[in-house]
Amino acid sequence: MINWRSALAIYKNELARFRRTMFGSVVGPVLTTSLYFIVFGAAIGGRMASIGGVNYGAFIVPGLLMLTLLSESTSNASFGIYMPKFTGAIYELLSAPVGVAETLLGFVGAAATKSLILASIILLTAKLFVNYEIAHPILALGYIILVAASFSLLGFILGIWADGFEKLQMIPLLVLTPLTFLGGTFYSITMLAEPWRSVALVNPIVYLVNGLRWTFYGQSDVNIWVSFGLTMTFLITCVTCIAVIFRTGWRLRT
Amino acid sequence: MPEPILEIENLSKIYAGGFKALDCVNLTINKGEIFALLGPNGAGKTTLIGAVCGLVRPTSGTIRAFGDDLAQGWRKARRKIGLVPQEIGVDMFDTVERQIAYSRGMFGSAPDKGRIEEVLRSLSLWDKRGEQVRTLSGGMKRRVLIAKALSHDPELLFLDEPTAGVDVELRRDMWRQIDILREQGVTIILTTHYIEEAEEMADRVGVIDKGRILLIDEKDAMMGRLGRTEASFTLAEPIFELPPGISSQTVGIQDGGRTITYRGGDGTGKGKQEVAELARKLIEAGIIFTALDQKESSLEDIFVGLVERSEAAA
Repeated sequence: MINWRSALAIYKNELARFRRTMFGSVVGPVLTTSLYFIVFGAAIGGRMASIGGVNYGAFIVPGLLMLTLLSESTSNASFGIYMPKFTGAIYELLSAPVGVAETLLGFVGAAATKSLILASIILLTAKLFVNYEIAHPILALGYIILVAASFSLLGFILGIWADGFEKLQMIPLLVLTPLTFLGGTFYSITMLAEPWRSVALVNPIVYLVNGLRWTFYGQSDVNIWVSFGLTMTFLITCVTCIAVIFRTGWRLRT
Repeated sequence: MPEPILEIENLSKIYAGGFKALDCVNLTINKGEIFALLGPNGAGKTTLIGAVCGLVRPTSGTIRAFGDDLAQGWRKARRKIGLVPQEIGVDMFDTVERQIAYSRGMFGSAPDKGRIEEVLRSLSLWDKRGEQVRTLSGGMKRRVLIAKALSHDPELLFLDEPTAGVDVELRRDMWRQIDILREQGVTIILTTHYIEEAEEMADRVGVIDKGRILLIDEKDAMMGRLGRTEASFTLAEPIFELPPGISSQTVGIQDGGRTITYRGGDGTGKGKQEVAELARKLIEAGIIFTALDQKESSLEDIFVGLVERSEAAA
């Protein structure tokens, strides 16, 4: 039986933390993404050929959105659980009548919500620089929620694993960002020559970017069912990991 | 008939490195009592509290709270348990009032601004409700922790060194708060280094060392059983033997015959009567004394004695 009040309390507390750091949390990612749109969309994009009939500036929108979703979801959730560990306030969570479900609804739900808010702002900002339409808006929303939730779960695991601030940044900076840049954010992998095209297909982010791009423009370099299946598998794997962490108390209980 | 609210049976905790923090601990806490758990640093007090509150995974043993085995019924039981930890662990950038409301919600209680106000006022935090926790003094931060623990109206409250590092005035304030909680029927388990605190408030006292409970007893019974009166008479002229009628079992001559010492009684006042009787006998025997020092053993003396004996036996 889920303790909804506890889940809501954690969720609201995390959002309150987000509000306290609103300026940095929103302005940073929006400014960075805007710069991408200005450079690659407005400045260079006009001189680039369209890809699959989509204007280059519009082509990069799903990839840049995915870049923000992955990095923000991961870091929001990892900070969310790491900070109570760091300050010692984790004692309250561990002694409260909350289990995996409440914790995930609270921490991961809030991290995913923050990512969704940022995603919305970035989509609106993108409109200022490039003209794009979303072919399947409901599916796009659903997929964005799925990705935000999945990577918030990953961030939660990282936050539990991390024993210092350096480790919190390690995966987003050293793994997710490079993989996203190489995952077809700025190009279609069909533009790559072999063997790089086959190598690119090993990168899981390719499937995420293309999944989202399909919901925008109805075209993808990979089978979108594979994209959806991989994302779902990733989400289920993360939930299972967190359930095991809670059952064993790994890095939480002594 | 006392109603058990917490029953701990054969509880052991061995940490990964092999350190045995708890060694077959058995303890029953009754509803409405204040139980003081005393022990030196590293004795296992915090581990014991952690095991009940879900911070520590016991290696073996069972814990039942409110009749439920915590291994299964932890959700129900934890709603009724509050914890004030030893270390100040709180979101320092949040406001006092929001933090208290957060704690109440996390423990599954419905929002209740009136109750939050009541708790804040009772701990003299109402005026600070809108301030960030980081701006408060150390003592006030500790009050915030207590307010957080009380926010969901626990029936069983753990106070782990609640007055460590706070000034005398604040300590007295907290004692008053604990008295109010006692009147409300809250069961309190406190660990403390200030034995005066246990002496002042506890109904029962437990002494723990090296993870083992050495003694559990009613405070007054413990004082009665293990308490002693010590007195020393400084004599004007040395004597070399006790006058007739004075028991050499409790009275001795020291300092080259210049001091007569008494050690006896049982902590119930019997010792004081015997010292008065001894004084009368000395006067009757024509022995002049110029000073009399008398001391009742405190809970601290009893505690130190128990721990020293335990360490000597180990």
